[in-house]
Amino acid sequence: MSELTLTVMRLGFLAVLWLFVIVAVQVIRSDLFGTRVTQRGSRRGGQDRQPQRAQQTAPPQQRQQQQSGGRRAERGRRGAPTKLVVSEGTLTGTTVALQGQTISLGRAHDSTIVLDDDYASSRHARIYPDRDGQWIVEDLGSTNGTYLDRTRLTTPTPIPLGAPIRIGKTVIELRK
Amino acid sequence: MSSNTTNTTTISTAGPPSRRNTELALLAFSVLIPCFAYANVGLALDGEMPSGMLGYGLGLGLLAGVGHVVVRKFARYADPLLLPLATLLNGIGLVIIWRLDQAPRLMAKKFFHPSAPNQLLFSALGIALFVAVLIFLKDHRILQRYTYISMVVALILLVAPMFFPAKFGARIWITIPGLGSLQPGEFAKIILAIFFAGYLMVKRDALALASRRFMGLYLPRGRDLGPILVVWAVSILILVFETDLGTSLLFFGMFVVMLYVATERTSWIVFGLLMSAGGAVFVNTFEPHVQQRVDAWLHPFDAFKDGSSDQIAQALMAFGSGGVFGTGWGQGHSDLIGFAANSDFILATVGEELGLAGVMAILLIYGLIVERGLRTALAARDPFGKLLACGLSAAFGIQVFVVAGGVMGLIPLTGMTMPFMAQGGSSVLANWALVAILVKISDTARRPAPAPAPSPDAEMTQVVRP
Repeated sequence: MSELTLTVMRLGFLAVLWLFVIVAVQVIRSDLFGTRVTQRGSRRGGQDRQPQRAQQTAPPQQRQQQQSGGRRAERGRRGAPTKLVVSEGTLTGTTVALQGQTISLGRAHDSTIVLDDDYASSRHARIYPDRDGQWIVEDLGSTNGTYLDRTRLTTPTPIPLGAPIRIGKTVIELRK
Repeated sequence: MSSNTTNTTTISTAGPPSRRNTELALLAFSVLIPCFAYANVGLALDGEMPSGMLGYGLGLGLLAGVGHVVVRKFARYADPLLLPLATLLNGIGLVIIWRLDQAPRLMAKKFFHPSAPNQLLFSALGIALFVAVLIFLKDHRILQRYTYISMVVALILLVAPMFFPAKFGARIWITIPGLGSLQPGEFAKIILAIFFAGYLMVKRDALALASRRFMGLYLPRGRDLGPILVVWAVSILILVFETDLGTSLLFFGMFVVMLYVATERTSWIVFGLLMSAGGAVFVNTFEPHVQQRVDAWLHPFDAFKDGSSDQIAQALMAFGSGGVFGTGWGQGHSDLIGFAANSDFILATVGEELGLAGVMAILLIYGLIVERGLRTALAARDPFGKLLACGLSAAFGIQVFVVAGGVMGLIPLTGMTMPFMAQGGSSVLANWALVAILVKISDTARRPAPAPAPSPDAEMTQVVRP
């Protein structure tokens, strides 16, 4: 084998090896799953991540259109919250898209948002939409209570947009 | 271009992203790289394509394919990177072992027999174990039930080698006559991680909260120190009776990492480092095997000159002669290391033939496996799964550090194997099982949450409320 061929193969192999590493890192980059952090890239990258991204970004837009034009037209003017954001506490930055499902909060492992908070009960509170699509927060008999702004909740209460819901050290709010 | 678009549409209609197609593409890549390396070795050594090329390539491809199909069937949402990364390391390891089998200096040795076919067999068994774990371990939380059983099993596995004769200065093998030998420490690593995860999940509140603050450190209560002292004592005993620094470092390190993760108390790390340093220095004062290792580490070239132990010096020279881009496959002289060139010292061959660039890539691949493990731990929803994934990836990372550090002369050399790459059946089997558990946990963690089930509590409140 000529020296040149071997040199080319040697460098070629290293290039291929590094290409693999780079591809793997790219896969990690596009591999967003689980609780999504609020920081949305604007760039649309590689071919296999496009559909995933499209799926992620499409529902909120569609929902907004439906809400403003559909049967929830009366509230569309004010703008319905589309996501729940944890703004303080260990889970800061976590968002959950509001898609009409009940969101349970607590230390129990099957909660939608599992609070890692010493002051939270295992089933602490839940957030759900009522028939009109208004989001309601309800304390589930927690030990240390759930606070909306400064008041401790005793009954299911509608959540104003942006009002802080405090559970132990965790603060949650609804945003558009 | 048109094929690209059709690809995109098929993926998007397949429902929630399971990333299995990404995994398949990466897997194909990770089979091709070792094939390239294999051809390269053959061309460099003999000037022609190696005759076993088709066999090895097909073998590795078949194994990877089986692994992929099983992941697709039984762990649909698993992490897409773990399997390809492990396959690549295993494949490159196979090529290096085969390449060292061709080395005339090693062939001239008395007990020479080619290790590559054996290693391929063990890789196949490893994949079989991987498949078996994926199929039979329906949910990793089942392992939680066996917390204390796994402690007993792990202790038995750790203690057993003491009753077998020492091999190469360390008692870490169980020899079964006629069948060969087994390194139980590799399996004990996984089983201990299960025990630690189950134990710490129950005890972590007591360990984290009941403590006094002193000089910025949380001092745990005396009785909470119990378990860490026990693990420390066991790892020191391993060091004394089995003269195996690596295993004891691995277990103690894994325990401290998991303790820290479970309790968020930095003081455990401080205690752990102090205790392991103290223990190591203490044992070094009276154990000749450990002293010999430390001497070889501090003065590698003295040992080289007087001919007592030239392995570390040869490994260092291999790294040195590799330079940045290496000598190229098959053109190095890492076979000078002689004994254990294809097991403990396999990284030296990478260092010489692929150079700094190759070593960095390999270490990055190990790092990526650890990263995926930790990412799995972050994503897992149950604390047991979190701790287990964390412990397994910590053990994997510590093992890579201990071996790579030993070969490069950063820390005293220990008798451990580079996961997946090094020649050795137990190591390959155990690490495939480890990756299988990680894949299983990541499958559970990444599975899209089912529609929230109506919780019985909520129903009750609604009924009771007026």
